Amino acid sequence: MVLEKGDILIEDIVFGPEGGVKGHCLVLDQKSLKQYLLKRDERLLTAEISLARPGESVRIICVKDVVEPWCKVSGDKTGEGRHHILKNIAVVTCGKIVGFQEGIIDMSGSGALYSPFSKTLNVVIDITVGADIPPHEHEEAAREAGLAAAQFIGETCRDATPDTITRFPPVEPETISADLPKIVYVYMLLSQGLLHDTIVFGQDAKQGLPCIMKPQVLMDGGIVSANCVSACDKNTTYHHQNNPVIHELNTRHGKDLNFIGVVLTNELVRLAGKEASAAKSIELVKELNPDGVLLSKEGFGNPDADQMMIIRGLEKAGIKTVAITDEYAGADGCSQSLADVTPEADAMISVGNANERIVLPPMDRILGPVEDLSSLAGAYPQSLRDDGSLEIELQGIIGSTNELGFQRLRCREV
Amino acid sequence: MASKIKVIHCLNQFFGGLGGEEQAHVTPRLVEGAKGPGMLMQSIFPEVEIIATLIFGDNYVAQKTDAAVEQVLELLAPHFNDAAKDQQAQLFVAGPAFNAGRYGLACGALCKAVSKRYLIPVVTAMSEQNPAAAEYRRDVYIAATSDDVTGMEQAIGRMVPLGINLLHGEKVLPETDHYIARGQRRNYFSSQSGAERAVDMLLAKISGQPVLSEYAMPVFDRVEPAPAIKDLASARLGLVTSGGIVPRGNPDRIVSANAQNFGTYSLNTLDTLSKETHQTAHGGYDPTCANENPNRVLPLDAIRELEAEGAIGSIHPYYYATVGNATSVANAKQFGESIAKKLLADGVQAVILTST
Repeated sequence: MVLEKGDILIEDIVFGPEGGVKGHCLVLDQKSLKQYLLKRDERLLTAEISLARPGESVRIICVKDVVEPWCKVSGDKTGEGRHHILKNIAVVTCGKIVGFQEGIIDMSGSGALYSPFSKTLNVVIDITVGADIPPHEHEEAAREAGLAAAQFIGETCRDATPDTITRFPPVEPETISADLPKIVYVYMLLSQGLLHDTIVFGQDAKQGLPCIMKPQVLMDGGIVSANCVSACDKNTTYHHQNNPVIHELNTRHGKDLNFIGVVLTNELVRLAGKEASAAKSIELVKELNPDGVLLSKEGFGNPDADQMMIIRGLEKAGIKTVAITDEYAGADGCSQSLADVTPEADAMISVGNANERIVLPPMDRILGPVEDLSSLAGAYPQSLRDDGSLEIELQGIIGSTNELGFQRLRCREV
Repeated sequence: MASKIKVIHCLNQFFGGLGGEEQAHVTPRLVEGAKGPGMLMQSIFPEVEIIATLIFGDNYVAQKTDAAVEQVLELLAPHFNDAAKDQQAQLFVAGPAFNAGRYGLACGALCKAVSKRYLIPVVTAMSEQNPAAAEYRRDVYIAATSDDVTGMEQAIGRMVPLGINLLHGEKVLPETDHYIARGQRRNYFSSQSGAERAVDMLLAKISGQPVLSEYAMPVFDRVEPAPAIKDLASARLGLVTSGGIVPRGNPDRIVSANAQNFGTYSLNTLDTLSKETHQTAHGGYDPTCANENPNRVLPLDAIRELEAEGAIGSIHPYYYATVGNATSVANAKQFGESIAKKLLADGVQAVILTST
């Protein structure tokens, strides 16, 4: 079982009648993509396709998901074969607000420092659905349109020659020095129902988890975001495709650590569910018998309780644990940051105070449903100023406090 | 030569040269020029000029803090507003107080008041063990010192540059500017991603090296539950929610996340809530079911039935609502305290508090 990732580095994107990779430029057949999307799902009323490049005066609003275009060119089993990946390209879906929390991506200005998707070449798909489509189907239609578009675009690089190919062969335990610390990654997925879901190989993450999974299997692109809330700390599909913890552990595997496996777990709503998932996760970690665990999170508030339960259980079992979280310390940074705490959580990575406010300058172009701007989470009724600038909390910016540790943002006491 | 930074220095009766414990009762007074540690301050930092020294008795300020603060603010007035340029204070420096409790409390209280009234940078210095450090570190920059006077030179060496940096609007940090961390969280960009830092921290923790958590666990408040209601049939019951149920149109514009206010709404003429009358403003859950039937979050229909059956004495004619989505603990605490005061004043004995 070997998984290969072939990166095709893209430096520019243009619309053109014949789609494909030309040198380091991606040509996108806008018309065909639009036709394809509208034809495959009759719930879609419109699908407007635009391009947004880093440095442009563009604001994308009510972003639902971000997907990296991949094409599986060989291998018919999960966790093996080769993907071609259009590096630096992201498919961004946006559309009318369904919950409250769909977020912002700015392609320039102060906000561009905070989102990873301010640095990618974005294919933005603004989706509207029929008036009679209920909210959950609306979200499903938007999600599927994003995935379908990524697949459509990915297909155009099937025959391209990758600039780099990275191989992920299975780990042979005997090749790893016994002195290296054994590390397990516990990967928490938001799964609270009602627009807060994640899909794992086609299955709802509320069921069938926790389980142990091989990193190669996870890297095959099996996790899809079905979560349309919590812009700053939701894990978009792109984040799952490029999980930075797995990347980091893979990169250092065999050098200063021994990456022995992943426990995939969920974040349920009811206390009994939380306790059962935490207990099962801890049991699975113990089976793998690591020296340490790295724990990531998605969302805030309610999931703080899941994270603290897992930390407490692991530390009590003598397993050293480091966990990643963001903070909600108030706009002035003076409040307590989490909804739940435990004394065993003595090694936390903080990826930023999501309540911190930022003023985003006006942009020449707004992509997405502009009338919904003031309803975004982190926005205030007075957020939109007369000059078109926008005062907003970081929680409104997609991926700004990502709890997989994707960003460099950090919070500290001063 | 550039003009010197004009400082008002603040000392207790002992360091100000008035005397020991027998002078601890004296009221605040302002004298020209530098005294005691102020002389040392000027000799180490020639760019600083102490234009006046404020001297007070430890006991007086500790025991009559409010009156003492007012007196001090009045004494200082000539050095602000219309003062001649060479008498205009730019920086207020108090102490160092080391581990002296009353002295520390006085420095903290005076610094806080001066900063608030005259809007100039203030700085004090004391040991982290000083009880005033915990009380005032959130309000005032406090340079960290030794426990006793043997650390005088170091204390001045920290306090003055800290004050000058604040005066110049420089960003300061506890470890480089040697002040006691203020419990305030601030974002910045690290050179490493969160995932890289997490792996480094985990390997350090496994190998037994000391690990500095990026978020030290706070101690949570625990609220004692009120005693059970003995007779619900004669009690007045109130409804409060953090689930965001507001009259349709959200008249107080309660925001969908990190609420800055709560709303007070009448239940007087209502037997139930409906999608025509109410909605949710909450952005943290799928609003479909709550908007369809707002009683699902604020159970007015059920308690009206219980009221009719005589199970509940009466229902408070108002309910209070906010949004608990990413709302900071500090805001939530403040909302809770003001709602509780209103409920108590209106004779409410029990509350159903719904969240989501």
